[in-house]
This record gives sequence, structure tokens and C-alpha cells, in this order.
Amino acid sequence: MDHWKRINNPYDDDKVIDACGLFGMMDTSGGRFSGVDAIAAISNMHERGNGLGGGFAVYGLYPQYAEHYAFHVMYLDEAARREAEALLQDGFRVALAEPVPTRKTRGVQDPPLVWRYFLQMRTQDGQKLSHDDYVLQKVMQINTGVRDAFVFSSGKNMAVFKGVGYPEDIANYFRLEEYQGYLWTAHSRFPTNTPGWWGGAHPFNVLDWTVVHNGEISSYGINRRYLEMFGYHCTMQTDTEVIAYAVDLLMRRHKLPIEIVADVLAAPLWSQIEREDEERIAFHTTLRQVYGSLLLNGPFSVVIAHQGEMIGLTDRIRLRPLTAAVKGNLLFLSSEESAIRLVSPQLDRAWSPMGGEPIVGSLDRPLGKREPVAAALAAT
Amino acid sequence: MKSYLPPRFVIDRDAERCIGCQVCVRQCSFDAHAYDGEEDEVRSYDENCVGCHRCAVFCPTQALDIRLNPLSYRPNANWRPEAIEDIIRQSESGGVLLTSMGNDKSYCIYWDHLLLNASQVTNPSIDPLREPMELRTYLGRKPDRVELDPASLSLKTQLAPQVAVELPVLFSAMSYGAVNLNVQESLARAAAEAGTLFNIGEGGLHRKLYQYANNVIVQVASGRFGVHPEYLDAARVIEIKIGQGAKPGIGGHLPGGKVTEDVAQTRMIPAGTDALSPAPQHDIYSIEDLSQLIYALKEATNYTKPVCVKIAAVHNSAAIASGMVRAGADIIALDGLRGATGAAPKIIRDNVGIPIELAIAAVDTRLRKEGIRNQASIIAAGGFRNSADVVKAVALGADAVYIGTAALVALGCTVCQQCHTGRCAWGICTTDPVLSKRVNPEIGARRLVNLLRGWSLEIKEMLGGMGINALESLRGNRLHLRGVGLTDSELEVLGVRLAGR
Repeated sequence: MDHWKRINNPYDDDKVIDACGLFGMMDTSGGRFSGVDAIAAISNMHERGNGLGGGFAVYGLYPQYAEHYAFHVMYLDEAARREAEALLQDGFRVALAEPVPTRKTRGVQDPPLVWRYFLQMRTQDGQKLSHDDYVLQKVMQINTGVRDAFVFSSGKNMAVFKGVGYPEDIANYFRLEEYQGYLWTAHSRFPTNTPGWWGGAHPFNVLDWTVVHNGEISSYGINRRYLEMFGYHCTMQTDTEVIAYAVDLLMRRHKLPIEIVADVLAAPLWSQIEREDEERIAFHTTLRQVYGSLLLNGPFSVVIAHQGEMIGLTDRIRLRPLTAAVKGNLLFLSSEESAIRLVSPQLDRAWSPMGGEPIVGSLDRPLGKREPVAAALAAT
Repeated sequence: MKSYLPPRFVIDRDAERCIGCQVCVRQCSFDAHAYDGEEDEVRSYDENCVGCHRCAVFCPTQALDIRLNPLSYRPNANWRPEAIEDIIRQSESGGVLLTSMGNDKSYCIYWDHLLLNASQVTNPSIDPLREPMELRTYLGRKPDRVELDPASLSLKTQLAPQVAVELPVLFSAMSYGAVNLNVQESLARAAAEAGTLFNIGEGGLHRKLYQYANNVIVQVASGRFGVHPEYLDAARVIEIKIGQGAKPGIGGHLPGGKVTEDVAQTRMIPAGTDALSPAPQHDIYSIEDLSQLIYALKEATNYTKPVCVKIAAVHNSAAIASGMVRAGADIIALDGLRGATGAAPKIIRDNVGIPIELAIAAVDTRLRKEGIRNQASIIAAGGFRNSADVVKAVALGADAVYIGTAALVALGCTVCQQCHTGRCAWGICTTDPVLSKRVNPEIGARRLVNLLRGWSLEIKEMLGGMGINALESLRGNRLHLRGVGLTDSELEVLGVRLAGR
């Protein structure tokens, strides 16, 4: 990983600093749709990126392999592929291995090899570790142990497509208009202290979590040191990585629902807590006392996704933009409202969420079934 | 025996300005001024002057000027004036040289080699006049995670007792006897008003101060003075004092002369007797003994308040602190090399301990490596001069800091290092009833509240500049620090990068 760290953060700055455009689109009834709209929307925010990174995460992507771990892996050469594949063969039953289809695209230069694998647990595998932790371990083995190989994504029925270029170029390169999913997130990157490399583009992935993020976390130093106590090592030195690990810790390991995770990452102010009823005061005070080191301070807006759920969140004083919109069963999250209007001119509702207020779209709670939409969203 | 000691200061009295009002005579508690009735003239005696500036401040006509005695020895890098004069004093007294306040030597003050960050372009700085800015800090043991009832999503986790402070600055331990009741009352009132805590030291809690119990940290020290059930019950936090930065490994000695009737009652000892605090706590010869005392105090108070353990910052602080956390300490107080005292052997004050900056960094790093940093808060002490020192300490990993000298300076102290004489002309480090009246608790509290308010405004400005609006996002966030003029090893211990990197 040291190798990738040097590529990701060549000048060894405190962290990788970048800004960007975000877009997320989800059909909360689970209907799958093509990438055309997400590509159009993120391209509309061209000015928010500088061509040094674009990417997409798609959920509900591989229904024919829904129970397989779908690995998307980047290689700089064939030797790296052979080495990583030996590792995968050794650790999993490989149902299918193939190159991810691409087409020649102007604006995408020197692309690496990108392969995908559909993997199943061997029965004797994962006896000591949970399946997720086993997969995580294998991902880390490839990223740290195999020079010139990097895992883009490793979740089930989802994948990350990303690279150096504007997002519309990356989408064209990976032929994303041909894929269908019920949840798409997209990112256009403007890094300031890295030349940009394929692995460093967003979405950032760990297991089936993906994060697209706009912002700079001023609390990065302590967030990172706190997560280290729980065994997470922020090897890529990006604050996006910190967000992904924090969400993994709180949701997967500490089993907190997303609304409460939002109260940790963008904690209510003490002055707000004091105005709540006694039970809520105790609740929020305890959260801040225990997880104060995970408060994300500084400007950010972020779209986090995992199987069946998409979450939008900004920092608590809302220093980066995020617009939410609803149309029927569709939930949109975007840096700019114009991008949403481009793909869906008529909306039931479009609004700017309050700082620290999570906007959650979930397959468990399709938007169309609830009326009115605004009240239901507020209740989350 | 004729003293060979030259006067340290020279008192210049401007005869044209002096109106003979004798304010200086009445203010000086060291007999540096006297009225000569025969000549109807006020005279000064340089050899008695301690340089506390009480007379100069109160002289109505600014007739007095106190200067360092320019008397020069032949320059010698080894035999500096202090070395010579210490030997003179010792050859005349035959004893351990006593001194007071904190280490005044030129050991590296790391605060002066650490610089803070500010946001530019990629991250907006936050204006504390227009945006919320949170300094509240909770001291006490925290669990690794919050557990919820899966059905109702209500809280299952019950936290150990937590104590809130509205800014990360607490008043350090100063006992009744070392300072007088007016000083303690000033600290108590200020702590209550500013929403912080004051530490009563090891001399017991005077009846008059029970009304400020909500803001008091009580000490259980090696002499066990003034410790009784009501005392423990009153406290917000109980602190076991193992050591003090000014005199690590050394006990305390309050001379009988300072043990007035009132001091005696509060300490629960006979009036006029010397109050001796043994060097170790004689029931703590090992870490498991500490654990027993911690849990004895928790049992005695029904687990309603955090127990803090205070140690002097010494070579193995990190390992010791880790043991303290495992022994059950909810808060660790670290008192560094420059921590002050009301009296200590000079040789100890000047030569034992390590700088607080390095101790904070080492302890915070160690507790994190062992995954137990949540289990205790860290309070750092020892020579904090201003709000930037506080911010840097928090960034290194402290939860809060104790200030002692800075608080006394707000009350008038000029750090003249005469506390051990019990004759403080500013009426602070003395129990003399006449001198004690020089500190008015109401005015004293106002000065202290002003100081805390000023610091808290400054801390908010610095945080906002870094793009942070809650102190917990700075705590242990060493990326907001850069070092200048430090070696690689120093930077490594501090966990800080060199400026420019």
C-alpha cells in the first residue's frame, strides 16, 4: 500500500485535498435504470472537476451474480494480474473472470487493465472471520502485497467504475450507458495536491460501502487516530477514506442506524441538544461524549451508499452544497439543483437539506408509498 | 555570620517624586522600605527586596523603580551568578535550599517551537463571531462504543460519571495553607461563574467553600489532610495526588507558622504543627495498591464521580499512565517540569521531571496504541502561559489543562518566587491575616473570569481559523501543529511534522 500511498499523495502532504461535484440517484422501489441520466447529470457539473478523476458506483448491477462478491481490480501490467489472480484463486471459488468491457475514448489516456471477478466463499474459508472481514482481508492483501494491483470495489451486486479523466469520459470508456442499476452515484474530481491516478478517483469503496465526497475534513488528524484504535489504517491518506471507515465502524460493527450515524458525523450543537427533551439530551450527549473524535469537522458534502440505501449528508454548518429532490420513487442528491433538473425537469420537490441533516433513500421504505414525501423524509 | 550575599535588586527612589506617604512601607512585607522618624524620611533596603513590585505598583507618585542589581561577577559560563549565590546561601544556612513557583531554567519550552495551522482557499475558516464554536469538554471514562436497544433504539449504554467544563482550562491544585482562603474563594467563584473546576489541593475544603462544591476537585494526597466522607461526597471529581511537577518524588512541608487555627481545622491537625506530606502515599507502593485506593474512593462515593490520578511528568510517564488507566483512573493529570509549587527544594524543582509537551505526546500516543485512550481523560499542567499554549496542548492530545501560576498572576502575583517564605506581599501565598486581606474574593473572581473569558475568545478564534468548530475535532489532531527549530527525534516524540512539510 505504501506504493499506492506514494502515488496517491506524492508530496506526502497531511492528506489529499480535493473538491468536486457529486451526484446520486436512486429508485427506492428497486427499479433498475441505465446510467444515461447519472452520466448526463454529472457531466452538467463539468466545471466542478478538472479532469483528474471521475467515477461511478452502481448498485443492483449484477443480478445474475447477486450472491457473489464482485471484485473490480485495476492492474498496471499483466504480471500484477497473474499475481493477484493467483491470490483470488487461492482464496475464493472464481465463478467468472473477465476484463471489464471498454471502448477507446478521447480524454482517457494510458488506461490500466481493469478486470472483474465473481467470487464465492470456499466452505472452509471464513471460519474464523466473518465473510465481510475475510473479504476485507483479501482486498488489503492485494492492495498491499501485489505491486501494481488495486481493488476498485469488492461488494455484492455492485461495482465501482473510475479513472483519470472527466466523468463523462470515464463513463464512455467503461460503456456505462449499457449497465442498469437501482442506485447510481457519480463523482467529478478537482484534486489540488495529487496528479490524479486511477485508484485515487472516487467513489472510494470498502466492502459494499461507497463514498463520493466533496470537502476537506479539518478533523482528519483525530478521526484517523481514533479509527486506528479500532484497527483501521488510513493508508490512502484521503479524508474520504476516513468517512468510509467511520461509517463501517458505526454501522457494521457498532450496529447504529444511519440516522444516528449522522448524529455522530455531523453532531448537533450543544445549544441544539439543550433544547431537546430529557431523553434526547441524554442520548445526544452520550453520542458526543463517546464518539467526539469521529465528528467530521470542516466543509463536506457526501453521498454514501451501500446495498439498498443511499445517504446524503453535509457538515453541520453546511459549508459545501447539497441539493435533494424527489420525483415519484426517485431520490436525487446533487451538488447543484441544475444537474437534477437536467434529467428530471419536473420534480415533486427539491430542497437544500439542513446542515447535518441526513437524507436517506432506502429500498425498505420506498418513497412512493409515503405521503407526504416531505414529512416522511423529515421523520427519518 | 556576615552574609556575603549581594542584594538581587536595586530600589531607586526618586526623591523629587516621593511625598513620604509611606505606602511602600506598609505594602512591603519583606521590610525593604522603612520610615525613619528622626529624619522624617522613607528609606529603602535593597538587600531585603524580592522584586515583587508591590511597592512600585502602589506608589501614588511613581517614585519607585525596581531594577536588577547590575553588580557583575567576572563572566564565567560555568560559575554563573546563580551557582555562586546558591553556594553562598547554603554555606550560611547549612540546609536544603528552598524555592517556589515553577522551574525558571531555560530548558526548551516546546510551546515556543510549535505553530498552529489556519485554513486558506481549500477550506473556509470559520468566524466565531458569526458561527457557533464549541469548547465544552467532558472529563471522565468513555466506553469504546454506544449500544442501543435494537427494538426501541433507546440507549443501553450507561456512561461512567462525566464532568463538563465549558472551556478546557481548570484551576490547578492550591491548598489552603499554601494560599489563603481569599485566594481559594476567588478561584471557586470564578470556576463557578465560568463553568469550570478548581482544585482545592491537599489541605481540605474549608466550610465556606462547600457552596462551590459543584465546581470542586478535592485531593486525596499522601498526608490525607482534611479527608472525610462529607469532603468526598461534596466533590465533583476526586484526585489522588501521587506527584507534583515542581517536586517529583518529594513530599510537602507546610511549616507550623502557616498552620493557623482555621487552617488546622480544615486540615484536621493541631494548630501550629508542621503539616508533613510524605513523599509516597504509604498505602501505595505499587500499581495494584493504586487500584485499591481508586476503588476504595469509588466505593465510598457510590461510583458517582470520576477519580483522577495526578502524577509528575517523569521519564516513564507513558507506561505509568497506561497502568493508571488499567488500575481504574478515569482522568490522568500530568504535571510537567515547569509546574509550580508553594515550596520545594530548589535542586529538585530545577532538575527533576520532563517537559509537559513531551509527556502529553508520549502518554496520548501510548494510550492510543494500546486502544485505551477513551478510558481516561488527560489533564495537562505545568507552566501554561496563554491560550495558544492551551490550544497546542489540546492538539497534542490533552483533554484540558490546569493553570496555577497563570491564575495567580491574574490575582497580582509577579512570580517573584517567595511563596515558601509565607510573606507574599500580594497577599496570595500567605495565611497572614493582614496580608491575606489584599486579595478581595469578589475582585479576584472578576479578574479570573476576565482571564478565562479572554482565553476562551482567543481559543475560538484559533479554532475557527483552522476550520474547526468543536474542540473535540482538535483534540489529538496533531496535523494542525508544525514544529520549528526542533530535531527529528523531538518531532518524532511530539508526533509533529516540521514546518514546510
